[in-house]
Amino acid sequence: MSLISSFLILIMLAAAVAALVFDDLLSSIIAAGLVSLIAAVLFYFLKAPDVAMTEAAIGAGLTTAIFVLALFKTERGKSE
Amino acid sequence: MKFRNFTALIVTAAFAFIILQAFTIAPAAGEITLNEFGRADINNRTASRYLNKNVNSETEEVIFKETKNLESGSANIVTSVVANYRSFDTLGEITVLFLAAAGIGVVLNLEKSKKKKFAERDSSLILNTGIKLLFPLLLLAGTYIFVYGHLSPGGGFQGGAVIATAFLLKMLSDNKFVIKESNITLVESAAGIFFVGLGLYGLITRGAFLENFMATGTVGQLFSAGIIPLIYIAIAFKVGAELTNIVKNLIEA
Repeated sequence: MSLISSFLILIMLAAAVAALVFDDLLSSIIAAGLVSLIAAVLFYFLKAPDVAMTEAAIGAGLTTAIFVLALFKTERGKSE
Repeated sequence: MKFRNFTALIVTAAFAFIILQAFTIAPAAGEITLNEFGRADINNRTASRYLNKNVNSETEEVIFKETKNLESGSANIVTSVVANYRSFDTLGEITVLFLAAAGIGVVLNLEKSKKKKFAERDSSLILNTGIKLLFPLLLLAGTYIFVYGHLSPGGGFQGGAVIATAFLLKMLSDNKFVIKESNITLVESAAGIFFVGLGLYGLITRGAFLENFMATGTVGQLFSAGIIPLIYIAIAFKVGAELTNIVKNLIEA
């Protein structure tokens, strides 16, 4: 369990850093969604299934979709 | 100085005076006042009762399908906190979400965009076919999550979010699928009025806003926990309508 958790936390950290350094904004949004998804799995491991469900539905699902829709409305381009 | 500013100054000063008085004047015997900072007596607070509770009730062990008339009657302790002990906070939370949805609606409808609308583009065949199958299942899953919120993990917020996700996917896949704005408004308002109505009924009959006025029943059964399932159904409809409205505004703007 702790081995899986550490592995997931490493991926989560990598995804968080990737969300910052990616030039393409769409890739950044997907990486941020991955952070939320792994956070949901970790919440489940920590015996907080209620929080895990919220994080998966809102953090990984709706927020990512809203970001993508906002990106569609604005200029698709590189970050500064 | 304007009259309005002057009034605000006086009101602020009056509040400051009251707060200072509460801290400085020695209380009479039995009078409840604010404690000195850092000297709260936790034993007199409601919180200590909740902190000292455990899985076994105060009198005997809790057994599923046998124990009756527990304080909140909910098998899921998180639901007990969200929809019973702290249900007034929850009312505030869904109001915050309503304000966010209203704000997004106002900002996106300020000016008509000249760009191509997201709703006007075609979606892929895989998305179309998949969503035809998934849409009713997602609605069913969301309904299960909020109806069983007092028994299993999940509840109104999660169920509402899953239902909103179902509508999001439907809107992404099918560009002829349009939800009428008036229907969303109707569901949202009805759920809000139902929530506040439950609270007011508790206030009238039991003397406290959102008091659990129904029989709590046997722990673990579907019809248990008094008004908690009703509150969660209201929350789910309200949250689902609000999130759907946000997504709908973004897609159609």
